[in-house]
Amino acid sequence: MKNILQALADAVGRDYVSDQPEEMYFYARDPGLMPPHQPDYVVVPGTVEEIQTVVRLASREKIPIVPMGAGMALTGLIIPLKGGIVLDMKRMNRILEVHEKARYALVEGGTSQGFLKSYLEEHHPRLRHSIPDSPATATIAANVMIHGQGRLTQQYGFNSDMVSGLEVVLASGEICRIGSCAVSPDWFSKGAPFPDLSGLFLGWFGATGIITKIAVKLYPRKKMRDVEIFLTDDEELVPSMIYELTHTEMVEDINIFVQPRPMIFRGNHHIALFFTGDTDEELEFKRKLIWHALDPYIKSKDGGFMGIPPVMKPTLLDMPQKSVSRFADVKKGGGFEYSGPIILVEKYPQCARKIVELAARYDLGYSGMARIIGRGHSMMYGFAFTFNRADSEMMARTRSALCEISLFVLELGGVFWKPTVEEQKMALEKMDPNTRALMKMIKANLDPLGIMNPGNWEVA
Amino acid sequence: MKYEELVHRCFRCGYCKFTEDYHDFNCPTYRKFRFETYSPGGRMWLIRAWLNNEIKTSERFQQILFSCATCANCVEHCVFTFKDDLVNIFVAAREKLVSEGIIPPAVRDYLKNIYIGGNPYKEPEAERGKWTEGTSIKAFEGQEYLFYIGCVGSYDERAKKIARSVGNLFLKSGLSFGILGEKEHCDGNEVKVLGEAGLFQYLAERNITQFKEIGAKKIVTLDPHALNAFKKHYRELGATFEVFHSTQILAHLIRSGKIPLSSYEARVTFHDPCYLGRHNGIYDAPREILQSIPGVELLKMRQNKADALCCGGGGGNFFTDILGGGKDSPGRIRVRQALDTGAQIIAVSCPQCAKMLDDALKAENLTERLEVLDVSEILNRALA
Ligand SMILES: Cc1cc2nc3c(=O)[nH]c(=O)nc-3n(C[C@H](O)[C@H](O)[C@H](O)COP(=O)(O)OP(=O)(O)OC[C@H]3O[C@@H](n4cnc5c(N)ncnc54)[C@H](O)[C@@H]3O)c2cc1C
Repeated sequence: MKNILQALADAVGRDYVSDQPEEMYFYARDPGLMPPHQPDYVVVPGTVEEIQTVVRLASREKIPIVPMGAGMALTGLIIPLKGGIVLDMKRMNRILEVHEKARYALVEGGTSQGFLKSYLEEHHPRLRHSIPDSPATATIAANVMIHGQGRLTQQYGFNSDMVSGLEVVLASGEICRIGSCAVSPDWFSKGAPFPDLSGLFLGWFGATGIITKIAVKLYPRKKMRDVEIFLTDDEELVPSMIYELTHTEMVEDINIFVQPRPMIFRGNHHIALFFTGDTDEELEFKRKLIWHALDPYIKSKDGGFMGIPPVMKPTLLDMPQKSVSRFADVKKGGGFEYSGPIILVEKYPQCARKIVELAARYDLGYSGMARIIGRGHSMMYGFAFTFNRADSEMMARTRSALCEISLFVLELGGVFWKPTVEEQKMALEKMDPNTRALMKMIKANLDPLGIMNPGNWEVA
Repeated sequence: MKYEELVHRCFRCGYCKFTEDYHDFNCPTYRKFRFETYSPGGRMWLIRAWLNNEIKTSERFQQILFSCATCANCVEHCVFTFKDDLVNIFVAAREKLVSEGIIPPAVRDYLKNIYIGGNPYKEPEAERGKWTEGTSIKAFEGQEYLFYIGCVGSYDERAKKIARSVGNLFLKSGLSFGILGEKEHCDGNEVKVLGEAGLFQYLAERNITQFKEIGAKKIVTLDPHALNAFKKHYRELGATFEVFHSTQILAHLIRSGKIPLSSYEARVTFHDPCYLGRHNGIYDAPREILQSIPGVELLKMRQNKADALCCGGGGGNFFTDILGGGKDSPGRIRVRQALDTGAQIIAVSCPQCAKMLDDALKAENLTERLEVLDVSEILNRALA
């Protein structure tokens, strides 16, 4: 294996390759609950050409290759299940172009959410992207690779719907452009009006190619932003409340959270409504429409707007919301994992009851958080549990609770988001056989040697 | 290991690597090495693995631990409640390595030199006060302030100039001060952060006793690293004297009209030393000095104050160079950041930063375009 190390060093420079126990230990795991598996090498490439050389080498030697962003998906998607090379993409973090008028940004495949946010605030203050609440190190490419959701998801859909072009290194080492950029210097569409080939890569967890450049759509950034929280203790009413709220088309983002702490939060569903405006007038207008949309529920005493303490506002308006990461240390144990199925909003009551039931049964700290996708077209319901990394028994309980959720979700008609390998298997099993065969065909053609993030989306 | 109960609590979310606004990665070792293992989260996870015998004490593990510049960017930006102890945890792991005798040769040599000769330069202690030659700086005999220089200011050629420059301003202002000269001993800040807790305690107790004996009630330090040791760790050992950094005293002297200034035309950007800024919260004094000089245009680096990038010399790296050079070394990145402001001068207020950034300027071939000066040296150029 020595010559492989040398070949990798020749490709990216000796400083950016490791086969040392420290890196093998760290890159064998993510912060979630999936069992670790060591890579043989970790490589930190700096250019597209370097990635091509590494992929060609991997293909020649039949070595698995696993692209990694920040490793924050938490469901083991960057764990090299069959060893091989972990490609830490975060050195490729340049912002290559922002087209102000066409509202898109073109960035390298390891660019973090934080970089893009900061860059836009400084250089293009009228533009923003759909930032998720994952830690700021999480990468744009990985987030769309798992069909993530962000602050603008209620308005524009999954973050992957906002992709407007890709450059991908295929398993053969060739570069492929996807979208308008394949025929034009401009990166304004990921497919239309031609066949949309982005589906060959998005959602595949790197099992069909490595994104080296990605363009994402940007949207108007208003000068002001505010949040209101509507409280109800009746989960059955939440779906119709969401229906009314999305009908206004006034809201930037809708999150609904339930959590047991502090005590006054317990038993209530907090519908956090974010909205924006360029003037006080615009902001107040939107606020008014949002309030009016829920008038009937206020009249029937089924809920009301909560006075948000001033100290809480910055926490809520933070992007990304750092407080979400803090959940990992609720048990003074540095761990959390969530299952976040995509499911109809009308299934909210069942999900909300399930998390409370499971938390009680498994004696776990929990936080339920839904994010509305599109105008109520679906939601991501995050069943999040916090655990103590030093308490293996608590970790086992958390794993069991998450396994139960997988079954529950499928029964309820939901689909797994960023599924673990086990959940991928469950989904493939339940999948329409022709769809499954199509996936198999795609994978076999794009990765004939099975070296790209093997173990993921493998159809038997 | 001390703080052992905290190491499993890191979620490795990576906020610690950034500036506050996510403009850039700001952990010096992560900037340089780019493996997660060289980030604060990486260190936390590896320390835990090491304590659990999942990894061994390898050379790389030592490099990972000892390259940390203890710059406290992670302390500033971590989102968890244990954030204040992050640097303490890394130092505690170093302490364990030191106590087991498994340390990089450069660390061993540094500590050995202090043990044997009292300073890392292998120079006689008798020469500590040599930098005052040709000045009328006096020995401490109960004056209001004891001016404490530290090893770098006493022996390093570049840093000696800074000591003289500050001393000259103190003299001009009529400040009542004296120095220990050959009787001065190492403050031990770097000994402490390199993990030699026993030697540090010895140095600290000896200094505390000496300061008490000679009746030093107010100490002004040249070096922010000494300031840190005195303010934080000596207090824990019972020290009661007041401690200031030279920039605090100089700012006060300017305010009270004791340092008359004419003008000095220059575009200047200020680099915040980690042990002055993030560790001790002193951000304003050096800026106040620079802003009081007519003709100085103070330009902000994008990463400043709590977001300043370390010069790479912290955590003992000034002496051990485990963090090392190369185009992604923090010192070189920092001078490029300074260049971006359009400044002609990088102002510093730490002799270690001065040397590190001087070297970085040379490596970047920027000596024709930029100059590194201590705040006091700029003040001296502006004296009426
Ligand atoms: C506190 C917290 C909050 C979160 N909140 C949100 C949220 O609001 N919205 C949301 O969508 N998610 C959220 N997440 C989940 C997840 O962190 C994000 O989706 C994140 O964007 C994933 O990015 P990453 O760089 O960490 O991905 P990784 O985990 O590194 O990678 C994810 C997948 O993408 C693949 N991949 C990575 N880079 C490439 C590439 N260049 N080419 C091809 N494949 C690649 C990997 O192999 C892996 O399969 C949250 C997670 C945490 C811990």
